[in-house]
Amino acid sequence: MNAIPALKDVFTRGQRQSDPDTPRAPEQGGEPRVVGAVDALRDVFTRNLRQSGIYIAFVAIIGLFAWLTDGLLLSPDNVTNVFLQYGYILILAIGMVIVIIAGHIDLSVGSVVALTGAVSATFVIKQGHPSWLGVLVALGVGLLVGAWQGFWVAFVGIPAFIVTLAGMLLFRGMTLRVLHNISLSPFPTDYHNIAGGFINGVLGGNGYDVFTLVVAAVGIAGYAYSQLRNRRGRIRYQQSVEAFPLFVLRLVLVAVVVMALAWQLAHSRGLPVVLIILGILIMTYSVITTKTVFGRHVYAIGGNLSAAQLSGVKVKKVNFWIFVNMGFLAAVAGVVFSSRSNGSQPAAGQMFELDAIAACFIGGASTTGGVGRVTGAMVGGLIMGVMSNGMQLMGIDQSVQQMIKGLVLLLAVAFDIYNKRRAGAAR
Amino acid sequence: MAQPILEMRSITKTFPGVKALQDVSLSVAPGEVHAICGENGAGKSTLMKVLSGVYPHGTYDGEILFEGEEVAFGSINDSEARGIVIIHQELALVPYLSVAENIFLGNERVRRGLINWNQANSEASALLRRVGLDELPVTPVGHLGVGKQQLVEIAKALSKKVRLLILDEPTAALNDTDSEHLLGLLRQLQAEGITSIMISHKLNEIAEIADSTTIIRDGRTIETLDMHADKVTQERIIKGMVGRDLDHRFPPHEPSVRDEEILRIENWTVHHPTDPDRVVVDDASLYVRAGEVVGIAGLMGAGRTELAMSVFGRSYGRNITGKVFVRGREVTIRDVDDAIGHGIAYATEDRKKYGLNLIEDIRTNISAASLRKFSSFGWINANEEIRVAEEYRQSMKIKAPTVLATAGKLSGGNQQKVVLSKWIHTDPDVLILDEPTRGIDVGAKYEIYTIINRLADAGKAVVVISSELPELIGICDRIYTLAFGRITGVLPREQATQENLMELMTKERDTVR
Repeated sequence: MNAIPALKDVFTRGQRQSDPDTPRAPEQGGEPRVVGAVDALRDVFTRNLRQSGIYIAFVAIIGLFAWLTDGLLLSPDNVTNVFLQYGYILILAIGMVIVIIAGHIDLSVGSVVALTGAVSATFVIKQGHPSWLGVLVALGVGLLVGAWQGFWVAFVGIPAFIVTLAGMLLFRGMTLRVLHNISLSPFPTDYHNIAGGFINGVLGGNGYDVFTLVVAAVGIAGYAYSQLRNRRGRIRYQQSVEAFPLFVLRLVLVAVVVMALAWQLAHSRGLPVVLIILGILIMTYSVITTKTVFGRHVYAIGGNLSAAQLSGVKVKKVNFWIFVNMGFLAAVAGVVFSSRSNGSQPAAGQMFELDAIAACFIGGASTTGGVGRVTGAMVGGLIMGVMSNGMQLMGIDQSVQQMIKGLVLLLAVAFDIYNKRRAGAAR
Repeated sequence: MAQPILEMRSITKTFPGVKALQDVSLSVAPGEVHAICGENGAGKSTLMKVLSGVYPHGTYDGEILFEGEEVAFGSINDSEARGIVIIHQELALVPYLSVAENIFLGNERVRRGLINWNQANSEASALLRRVGLDELPVTPVGHLGVGKQQLVEIAKALSKKVRLLILDEPTAALNDTDSEHLLGLLRQLQAEGITSIMISHKLNEIAEIADSTTIIRDGRTIETLDMHADKVTQERIIKGMVGRDLDHRFPPHEPSVRDEEILRIENWTVHHPTDPDRVVVDDASLYVRAGEVVGIAGLMGAGRTELAMSVFGRSYGRNITGKVFVRGREVTIRDVDDAIGHGIAYATEDRKKYGLNLIEDIRTNISAASLRKFSSFGWINANEEIRVAEEYRQSMKIKAPTVLATAGKLSGGNQQKVVLSKWIHTDPDVLILDEPTRGIDVGAKYEIYTIINRLADAGKAVVVISSELPELIGICDRIYTLAFGRITGVLPREQATQENLMELMTKERDTVR
């Protein structure tokens, strides 16, 4: 492999010319290796703390509400409901976390959800076009909206806060225009099935849906395979890997959680279509953010804009595509939401942007950019979802729900700031 | 001689790992203009910050006597209460507020809780007349040029009943007329009994106006010259400013210059990005050969970094004109990506601000400028990335347990090695290293010099920009000098002495032409 020619040229030639009279810097890493290893471990731990922290919080919140609702929270029907109710917020959060990692914000997604839903409804309900055409046109509108906002942010250089605040008004106004201020409903069945539908009974089953379980099993197998391949690759490159029993334990844990979820779904109405859409999006965007050059550039821009620019990152181009992508995902959420509500309302999607943004920050994204994960945002969104759902089941007043959600967001960001300050002090 | 108005005795100030000031003493007679000279980083500004209370009493050793009594300033407000006012190099005015508002900022003319604008504006007018500035007190400061803003700063100082005025590089950003006016004003204030301390790089101005000059080098007082008695020349000051021993600070290196010319810049002119009338780099031409280490010497504000960054993908400035040749062929460089593509690398002088993503790990930083090499169709091979980063960690002796350690937690020297690794991996033909050893300790410096030598031996062209003249003389084959945006000379290693360089670096406009 000839990937590092300069290094070869420069450093294989002769040893370092040592001069006995040269004052030497005190060796920081010069002590026994163990210290270094402990430091590394601590470093890895503190860096993963905000990630692992929210997983623990997630489990605790599920446990709490399961207990408070006498297990109602985890009943098959309710588990299905949580995904149907918060699916579109999660879809928005995927795009939003990328926007936030790059150091921007998008306040317009709620309005874009309304606009794309309205356009789709006009095409399908009012003009009688087939459902697939409505979906395509909605996605097209989303891309255009994204390109519009990306243009102003990336090429004109207006802060995203302002551009998307303007967009929030602009696209809400357009929605009212498109709908002539009245709701449209209902959609034909095939459109309604996009988010309201289930895939079940394909493989039969008695009281539960075998297909759902098979899909889950295939998913787990795929996950295990990719993890194994990953591990083999690391071993081939002589990198440290976790001990094999630990590795297996992790796989088993994931398998158990997924199968338990599938089991509950199978005993309700089967596999929700929206969960399939969500699954595909999460996988795709996890890969994009962690394994591609584009994803790396997003983190670089958010982490240190000037350094990214001086490393040859085409910042404007990347920023533009971040917003195009956000527009696209907002359109997907728009289709899902209009499908679920089986129609389009002028006031649809209000406050969605805030839920999506909250999901990202609870999920460990940093307010100053450069930090965040798609999986984190998903867990953040689910924390919000489970809390709302749990409080609804308990019949807690809407006013109290709002206050609690607000406090959770505040505490999550306070935790982030606290972490950062500690990291800064250690520097 | 009368009792000194200010006496600083044995001031020692340490920052973590660095002794910025060591046993510095300064004595200023009442009513004089006292100049302080020294190279960049010699400790001049630190000394003034100690004096003005920016570094409060207790964070330094030594004592300060003002008007005969010992003082212990806890903040800048304390020193201002005693009539010591400092005017920083970067002006501290609010551009959107008026002249009068700026003058009385933090010191408002208040009656019954409300600002008395009539009083403020009329007092401001009087102060403006005193400093010879013909502007209305209601004009927003942003509408004034730098020279006039400087005068507003002085008016602000006068409003605080100043006894000792400290000016840090007051004329650095001024043109000749404005400088002349400012120096005239200092003389006038002197006649009114106000003592001034002036930090300046412009030796001709010092020779013209100063009554005495204190020279600081490497955080120590070298000498104080009486400018009237000794018939002090500019050469005499230069001699004091330089002159360190160079023993064993640089690895031995046989020049490896080849005939092949790698980079040539011709008639390069760059204008200031926000002030397009100001020429920052003026008609500069230079070339670098394969295996050659070329230095660029210049004082602060001479346009060194601006020259480098404007060549590196137009990262600085506007209205850039001139030609760049790489290996004899003229190239067009529109952005950083183009520059990297043409084999140019630029390691910035400010690692933390422009060089590194401090919240990411070493690996991510090393691969940041060469992700293409680690990816196919946009997919990054993370294992390959880690392997390469690991090789650099070992060969560059980056002191970190793994390449997954956060870059922000490394020491300055190790951060610099990460930056160098990043650029070496882009496989450049020419590396421009801007202040490669700023803020790092002596041992790490030695290692960086060794790396530079190896790069040259491998046939790379290396350009080193540095404020430390001994460093340039110690490692460069040829040194260009830059003064006020112009290239004022080029000296081969044999002829490069600190005195020669300093003379070329302080060459004024008229003597160049």
